[in-house]
Amino acid sequence: MIDQIFGVWNYWIVFILMMIGLYIVISKKSLLKKIVGLAIFQTSVFLLYITFGKIAGGTAPILTKNIDEIYSNPLPHVLILTAIVVGVATTALGLALTVRINKAYGTINEDEISASDLVEYHKKYLEDNK
Amino acid sequence: MSFIIKNLPILIVITPLMFSLIVAVLTNNRIAWSLSTFASFLTMIFTILLSFEVSDRSNISYYLGNWPPPLGIEYVIDTISIIPIMIVSVIGLIATLFAHNFITLEIDKKLVSKTYSLWLLTIAGLIGLITTADAFNLFVFLEISSLSAVALVALGSKVDRKALVAGYNYLILGAVGATFYVIGVGLLYGVTGTLNMGDLAQKIPTLGLNKSVIVAFTFMMLGIMVKAAVFPLHIWLPNAYAYAPSPVSVLLAATATKVSIYILVRISYTIFGSSYEIYSFESLRYILLYLAILAMFAGTIMAIFEKDVKKLLAHSSVAQIGYIVLGISLATSPGIASSFIHLINHALIKAGLFMSIVAMGYYTLKRIDVKTIAGLGRQLPITFFSFVICALSLAGLPLTVGFISKLYLIKAAYMSEGIWLPFLILVSSALSLIYIWKLIEGLWYNEKSLKIEKIKELPEIYLPLLVITFLNIYFGIDAGLIIDNSFIASDALMSGIK
Repeated sequence: MIDQIFGVWNYWIVFILMMIGLYIVISKKSLLKKIVGLAIFQTSVFLLYITFGKIAGGTAPILTKNIDEIYSNPLPHVLILTAIVVGVATTALGLALTVRINKAYGTINEDEISASDLVEYHKKYLEDNK
Repeated sequence: MSFIIKNLPILIVITPLMFSLIVAVLTNNRIAWSLSTFASFLTMIFTILLSFEVSDRSNISYYLGNWPPPLGIEYVIDTISIIPIMIVSVIGLIATLFAHNFITLEIDKKLVSKTYSLWLLTIAGLIGLITTADAFNLFVFLEISSLSAVALVALGSKVDRKALVAGYNYLILGAVGATFYVIGVGLLYGVTGTLNMGDLAQKIPTLGLNKSVIVAFTFMMLGIMVKAAVFPLHIWLPNAYAYAPSPVSVLLAATATKVSIYILVRISYTIFGSSYEIYSFESLRYILLYLAILAMFAGTIMAIFEKDVKKLLAHSSVAQIGYIVLGISLATSPGIASSFIHLINHALIKAGLFMSIVAMGYYTLKRIDVKTIAGLGRQLPITFFSFVICALSLAGLPLTVGFISKLYLIKAAYMSEGIWLPFLILVSSALSLIYIWKLIEGLWYNEKSLKIEKIKELPEIYLPLLVITFLNIYFGIDAGLIIDNSFIASDALMSGIK
């Protein structure tokens, strides 16, 4: 029982982070908090990959004189390096959009944005049917 | 010449990618447009050369940097992937030709060259998505194409601020979808130790019944279904297409979701096709089937009640994606062939519809409402002609491409599911006539409501518009090319299933 929890400790962390991130993306009304949630969600996946790559007692994958040296798989790290870049680009674009939304609407709350759109729609409707 | 032929698989990706860098630093808008047109023309030429290379049903496997797979990244062009590449490059060229008048109208002058840069980046990302045979490389291209598409959608904010929110929602949902896909790929890599699609297909059956593989399959499919806007994960699509700048709507509506559907096919038939029986995907396919039926009706009914024309067309896209996914979910060779046929035809139809509607909205400058464009059909007869041809094609009238795809879809549905499925397809097609008629009635019979006197045709857009209209009719009469290639592709896909 203890082994099931602590033996795969990293996977539990991955699982918890993933759920926290996804929950924030779904439930929070603030556009900024959604981006934070997305970043947590993506980071949990990075950790998942890194955990695959690690072998207990393995060293860095560098050629040494000892041919039987146990080394960790370097490929997941390289993949995650790419995924981090992608994640940064996503966050940057999301933040840029949030700034523009704040300029256009004066708020970054999802409910207030849709309320503001609704008011605009009704104003236009009244004007059209004068 | 042989050097070019040898490197064609990478050239179709690298050409738009490199030109997007050049275009970004230009300040003259006309030169930026000419260069982007040149780039997409070059891409189309390369694609046509490539299609001759695979016309004898051979596979071209290209090793990036000469690193052999499974370690290196492999690009594969075969009879299956050439179809979506053709769609993206042909529609890409037509949409670029069309874009010039509208981009300068709807986007700040300073941003035009940057827009073309993003435009080419989207095309490069989409083509890269199709060509790559490396599961992780696919994720990178997925993000390249969707991030640039999000930026393009948000550029519509000069006309309507809702474009920003639409872009934001597209970004968040797209990023969650892509991350789901990466989780799936990670789990697969954990159990097989490879990322190459062909290699994965060989190694997965040797694992036997494995929980990780099931979870990986679910995550990958869900992630791509968000991108492909399969009902009920389509929620980002109507707003993104409706509030995007007009030429962007043309490009995205005709290509972006099609490519994602192609990836859906690749995952379920190429990667997991060899372990089809181990995991009894036969029963899983019913989930896709019922979702597709729901999409057919939900999209059509939403379109009937929609007043904003661009959003109406986007809702109808959701329904059409339903038809395409329906063909895939049948899991028979005619079924997949019919969805490939509809993949091509829907790209032609939607590009034509969006182009003609957008051309009619040229004078309103704001949202294109059913009311504001009333009566414009009589003012702009040539644009209206194209619109009617494409609209009838959407409904599936004979002598248009829409008829061909409905015919093959109904045939395939009848063969595997019996009479009830063709009946549902026919009912939803009949319902789609309602919104098509609503548009035609408004454009032709109603009195003009726009208070602008000088309304003239735009001769600059004749070329792209009439080419699309011609293709809509031509492939409706002589559909041999589309049908043959679709059946070759579906046979190739089904041969991998054990």
